[in-house]
Amino acid sequence: MLELQNISFGVTEDNGTGSVDKEILNDINLTIEDNKFVVITGPNGGGKSTLAKIIAGIEKPTSGRILLDGQDITDKNITERAKAGISFAFQQPVRFKGIQVLDLIRLAAGRRMSPADACQYLAEVGLCAKDYINREVNASLSGGELKRIEIATVLARSTRLSVFDEPEAGIDLWSFQNLIQVFEKMRKKIHDSSIMIISHQERILEIADEIVVLRSGRIAATGSREEILPTLIGTPSAVEACKVLTSK
Amino acid sequence: MLKIREIDEIQKRLLQEIADLHTVPEGAFNIRANGESAMRNTTANIDIISKENGSGIDIKIKPGTKNESVHIPVVMSQSGLKEVVYNDFYIGEDSDVVIVAGCGIDNCGTQDSEHDGIHRFFVGKGAKVKYVEKHYGSGDGTGKRLLNPGTEVYMEENSTMEMEMVQIKGVDSTKRDTKAELSAGARLVVQERLMTHGTQDAYSIYKVVLNGDDSSADVVSRSVARDKSYQKLDMCILGNAACHGHTECDSIIMDEGRILAVPSLEANSTEAALVHEAAIGKIAGEQIIKLMTLGLTEAEAEEQIINGFLK
Repeated sequence: MLELQNISFGVTEDNGTGSVDKEILNDINLTIEDNKFVVITGPNGGGKSTLAKIIAGIEKPTSGRILLDGQDITDKNITERAKAGISFAFQQPVRFKGIQVLDLIRLAAGRRMSPADACQYLAEVGLCAKDYINREVNASLSGGELKRIEIATVLARSTRLSVFDEPEAGIDLWSFQNLIQVFEKMRKKIHDSSIMIISHQERILEIADEIVVLRSGRIAATGSREEILPTLIGTPSAVEACKVLTSK
Repeated sequence: MLKIREIDEIQKRLLQEIADLHTVPEGAFNIRANGESAMRNTTANIDIISKENGSGIDIKIKPGTKNESVHIPVVMSQSGLKEVVYNDFYIGEDSDVVIVAGCGIDNCGTQDSEHDGIHRFFVGKGAKVKYVEKHYGSGDGTGKRLLNPGTEVYMEENSTMEMEMVQIKGVDSTKRDTKAELSAGARLVVQERLMTHGTQDAYSIYKVVLNGDDSSADVVSRSVARDKSYQKLDMCILGNAACHGHTECDSIIMDEGRILAVPSLEANSTEAALVHEAAIGKIAGEQIIKLMTLGLTEAEAEEQIINGFLK
């Protein structure tokens, strides 16, 4: 279980006439319960990615505490949080010259594993493993391929909390259809762990247990999918109409 | 097999580093240790002959020799030894061979040890050569470990040569000078991997001349300069015909390291298509952060990134 207590984050920006303090997150209180699939959504610039980075330790909050299973991890660095049980999938996966997909999965799993074992994680994200296992994680891979490999590294870690920052960003509609299935499968397999996904995608929102709406650095709404989803995308009948259209 | 004398433990370790040799290699080989030929083996198709003036060896590969290998490692464990060795490779037409060279120096003494190996390759028509050269230094003496390899490659029509040039550790000073001349249809691929640390300096100079139509060269260098080390990468391709040339220097700079990359092109034919690329930069912060989110420390992340880059 992850608890965010009174998390605020601000930056100082130079607007040309002098430096001004800009507030990105303001007094966020949020709990991600075990065995829950939680989707964080809201307008661009609302602070969603910053929140994910604060959880992973990439950014330090200006104030507030972060607890993982009751343990205060606010002052822990990225490595310590990773070891404590937090995984983070980047919105824009990082490329590496020379590091192969197999290397990255082994590093993620933290152990020597056979190529066959590593292939299982690639298969889970819908990649034909033998075509990818020896590929370099470099610019020769497409955005969609990198995104799947990024997700595979998180699967290989299988930690208490997995955070995905906009898995749909930068990938085409066809790749996204497959990705939805990956998350649906993850949703079914949650056991003694939890998943937090930042997303704008209706299909991801539809499989959420809970939805948190973040707007202008504050939690604008939080609750179950049944409560929140209709307020986001209109009436239930409108949702049904969309489903009918998209299924054609 | 000619067995001149036993090699010692340090030399065995050096052999492992530079040639992955744990035991005596298969095929033709010549092991040079502390300035003398220590072991040699020839095959029906590959002959190794000492030069009459004792300055090196001639390696003669018969035309049509397929799937054979030649190992010619050099190891030095005696401080203060300086040598210049000339090795000439005559690679017969239509042969297909692997040549593994390399030099390992262990210097525990106070005097400088230096090995300057001058390799000349005469690659016959249609021949295919894979050449692997590794350089390595070890030992905690104050004497320097110096390696100045000179390589000359003369490629006849439709021959192919792939060169892997690796120098990762322990060599204090190196000047690597590589020249190649290509006839029509010849293809040269060079992959260089270089890492310098401490106060080392390394000069890597390539001059590839594309003389024949349809000849091509791809010279790619990846290097890492750490601590206070210095590198100069000078890679020049000349196109004198309807040819393709590409040169790339890709470098990571760390600590107080310095790198000067000078890729250059000279076209003397309107049909020559030549490209160069060069990039120098520190390790991207996001790469370190990504590996830290997988549970690696910052130092472990750096090590993995460099290992991958130089793989």
